[in-house]
Amino acid sequence: MFEYAPAPESRDVVDIKPSYGLFINGEFVPGSSSFKTVNPANEEVLAEVAVASSDDVDRAVQAARKAFGVWSSMPGAERAKYLFRIARIIQERARELAVLESLDNGKPIRESRDVDVPLVAAHFFYYAGWADKLAYAGFGDRPLGVAGQVIPWNFPLLMLAWKIAPALACGNTVVLKPAETTPLTALLFAEICQQADLPPGVVNIVTGAGETGAAVVAHPDVNKVAFTGSTEVGRIIARTVAGTSKKLTLELGGKAANIVFEDAAIDQAVEGIVNGIFFNQGHVCCAGSRLLVQESVQDQLLDSLRRRLSTLRLGDPLDKNTDIGAINSADQLARIRQLSDLGEQEGASRWSPACELPEKGFWFPPTIFTGVAQSHSIAREEIFGPVLSVLTFRTPAEAVEKANNTPYGLSAGVWTEKGSRILWMADRLRAGVVWANTFNRFDPTSPFGGYKESGYGREGGLAGLEAYLDV
Amino acid sequence: MSRLSVRKTYKLFIGGAFPRSESGRSYVVTSPKGDFLANASRASRKDARDAVTAARKAFPGWSGATPYNRGQILYRIAEMLEGRRGQFAEELPLGKKAGLEQVDAAIDRLVWYAGWSDKIASVRGSANPVAGPYFNLSTPEPSGVVAVIAPSDPLLGLVSAVAPVIVTGNTAVVVASESSPLAAITLAEVLATSDLPGGVVNILTGHQAELAPWLAAHMDVNGLDLTGVADPDLALRCEQEAAENLKRVIRPSSPDWSADPGIGRMTAFMETKTVWHPAGV
Amino acid sequence: MVSTVTTSLADVASSDATLRAFLHGLPGVDRVGADQRAAMLGTRSIKTTAKAQAIDLAISMVDLTTLEGADTTGKVRAMCAKAMHTAEGAPRVAAVCVYPDLVAVAVSALKGSGVKVASVATAFPSGRSSLEVKVSDTALAVAAGADEIDMVIDRGAFLSGDYQKVFEEIVAVKAACGEAHLKVILETGELATYDNVRRASWLAMIAGADFIKTSTGKVSPAATLPVTLIMLEAVRDFRDVTGRQVGVKPAGGIRTTKDAIKNLVLVNETVGDDWLSPDWFRLGASSLLNDLLMQRQKLATGRYAGPDYFTLD
Repeated sequence: MFEYAPAPESRDVVDIKPSYGLFINGEFVPGSSSFKTVNPANEEVLAEVAVASSDDVDRAVQAARKAFGVWSSMPGAERAKYLFRIARIIQERARELAVLESLDNGKPIRESRDVDVPLVAAHFFYYAGWADKLAYAGFGDRPLGVAGQVIPWNFPLLMLAWKIAPALACGNTVVLKPAETTPLTALLFAEICQQADLPPGVVNIVTGAGETGAAVVAHPDVNKVAFTGSTEVGRIIARTVAGTSKKLTLELGGKAANIVFEDAAIDQAVEGIVNGIFFNQGHVCCAGSRLLVQESVQDQLLDSLRRRLSTLRLGDPLDKNTDIGAINSADQLARIRQLSDLGEQEGASRWSPACELPEKGFWFPPTIFTGVAQSHSIAREEIFGPVLSVLTFRTPAEAVEKANNTPYGLSAGVWTEKGSRILWMADRLRAGVVWANTFNRFDPTSPFGGYKESGYGREGGLAGLEAYLDV
Repeated sequence: MSRLSVRKTYKLFIGGAFPRSESGRSYVVTSPKGDFLANASRASRKDARDAVTAARKAFPGWSGATPYNRGQILYRIAEMLEGRRGQFAEELPLGKKAGLEQVDAAIDRLVWYAGWSDKIASVRGSANPVAGPYFNLSTPEPSGVVAVIAPSDPLLGLVSAVAPVIVTGNTAVVVASESSPLAAITLAEVLATSDLPGGVVNILTGHQAELAPWLAAHMDVNGLDLTGVADPDLALRCEQEAAENLKRVIRPSSPDWSADPGIGRMTAFMETKTVWHPAGV
Repeated sequence: MVSTVTTSLADVASSDATLRAFLHGLPGVDRVGADQRAAMLGTRSIKTTAKAQAIDLAISMVDLTTLEGADTTGKVRAMCAKAMHTAEGAPRVAAVCVYPDLVAVAVSALKGSGVKVASVATAFPSGRSSLEVKVSDTALAVAAGADEIDMVIDRGAFLSGDYQKVFEEIVAVKAACGEAHLKVILETGELATYDNVRRASWLAMIAGADFIKTSTGKVSPAATLPVTLIMLEAVRDFRDVTGRQVGVKPAGGIRTTKDAIKNLVLVNETVGDDWLSPDWFRLGASSLLNDLLMQRQKLATGRYAGPDYFTLD
């Protein structure tokens, strides 16, 4: 009855070039070959992007090494001013960055505009302020040198900010490799570095696929490796840096339990569940992908959840009313489909709201599996898509046991109106972030990172400095 | 005629008990001059496995104990060690005077770490002023089960490696110095009489090259301290194995054990947990 | 839990204890979460055809209100004229809302128009009087021809935990309404917490309210989006349990088209189509109407409108 007309954000604010080079030593330079980056919402080619070979990576590392001398010896207050400048330019160009992010990644503009880009600016502001206050943080003030950073496609610009801002604040220089499917905002960030007059070589952006990333990680003159991505690749990186003196931090996968007790504020819990698993199409390492609901409220909660899912709006990522955008790539879509099919084969019941998927592009409807047991693949493996597995529990102890029964340990959610139970649960959950009566909240002042196979080291907050200092 | 002494059988320390190696094997421990000292147990991979099981079993209780309680117990270990100064001084292959100095340093190190139990969270935790209506607090927590390949420095090095692991609530499986393991087993006797719950520290004697890779590869071990690994190939192999379940690793080094240890050995095996909660009426 | 209610809701009110137990057994409301949900819905972008549709729907939902000590017969007649003739091609409003003594004026002015006459009653806005006075206040308005009665609850009794008293007053006023529809004003700005808003909503519905209304307009904050959200959740859940549909009326502070459209989005995504009509959702307002009309004209002409072209009655 009340249908929202299309409300597309204007694409005109972004000027995408037909092709992009590598950003090395403050300049864009051609690579030897190139690849195409596409809009996952309609498979349109957005641009050609250079592939950095191992020689290119070497040039970038050399540039970063050279710049390290200048950058690390610069007074912290001056480094801070560069970072503040970058933060301001990000705010000035916020809409442009948000639109570009949604085009390249497929995430809804509402999220890139209201979550990603504001957090990116906030992250630079936060770490800018640390640059001349390191002496008070308790990790010393000696930078490590050249940081090789490899980031994922789910929050392309935000992950760049999480990596670059603390690295630069601590006096390191960086060689960053964005994800193969989402290089464009990193390249726009390179332009922002130019606008900010950042000394050449302090930030270098090398685009490409896994091989480029491997070259960054393995480069002998890299002092620090920071990676966000899958646990599978994290393991390979940990093996690669074994036996070297490189410092390593890893932010990897997760299979978070979102635990709802019978006394929870149900309407907010439903919102939290939705935000937990359908935010960014579920392409979130800390997604609340396992809903653990107390048996006594299972029916009521699931009814509410299904009703709520029926209001989710899937479609054009640039439409301001879109809640669920496109899956980032054909590969990822195939993986989500495969695991979902496996869920059905293993006996779980699948449900999605009536939801028309666009014909072109990569799409997957919001999906709930009920009747899931801990032994099912969909309760153990990270799907990294809009797929929720629902399990039940009877007692708080059982909830903790099930929540912790995973090799991962990145995040967890607890929903109850009883304060002492929250603290009891928070104590026992083996996860780096515990969201109580909320979910998927992020802030530059708040450390983020996992236990166990979700990786090590923290990003954000005071703790985030340790990763970039010679402690 | 002088009295024939009753010798001690040096066994392993697993789950608070002193079993022999399940393999039935032992190896000869000699003094620096080459004199026979004892047949120490030569632990097998199965002993290592059992030790990890014991450490895992002890973890919930130990990590859940109050920091005050853990500090009291570490201090108790120091007290017990103080009472056996002489014995340790004799057992250490250093000579009486140097031996006593090392025992004293080890006791003082334990006292130092004991005091950290209820302070590390204040030093490494943080209240995070997030931009929203939320309470947000980060606290450090123990990583879990940590395998410690102990340095060859037989008492001070050992204590300096084990104390930071357990004071924060981790449990430990320790591979004692291969060449001087006896002090480690005598230390186990101290631990066993210090109210330390069984399984919090487990001590294996035997061949480092045989045991370390199994512990490094064990999927229920969360941290790996390679400080005592002198062979770079072995260290590399262990670190690579540790990657399989992303263990937190301290790489090999030869620290000056008499220097201020800093807090790095504690934080290496700690996780930061951040809890969010809305603030509203 | 709502769905675990096994006793009939009539039994719920059989004693002070059962009523209290029921209301305190309702799920809590997390303020931050509710605020965020409402804020997120507030970001919906309603454009072009959807906006035109929303504006006309909003106009048709307006309870055009004047509740001043200075109200006169002339003022009410003028407002009634505006209610019937909003603008060329635009719908009439749902109702006019006046004090009891002016009901007769409105009834005669609106005769045959389909625009309802609503009257505040029960010692509006404070509700500080005896039950007898409140009932006779209601009866006066009904006798004068009011189609709808907007009563206020006794917030003092509610906040002191005397739920039974609040309940019985609503029941008594409902009885005095006869055929007239009863809107129960919770005055959420005085209830302090969202938990209380939820409890008061259920209390009013159990007692027989046809509508639950946020505010008198005399207390700030009045109709905020989160409060309307919580009341919408309450009517949704109440219908799930009892099968009876209750309407919602945010009133006070809704001044712009944007505010009105945010409210409609809230309805659309919380309770859906069933509530998207003047029978089930009203906007209590006065100055809102002209802003809706100005926006309507902008959509029709492509020019921004000016206030001189819209009547001030």
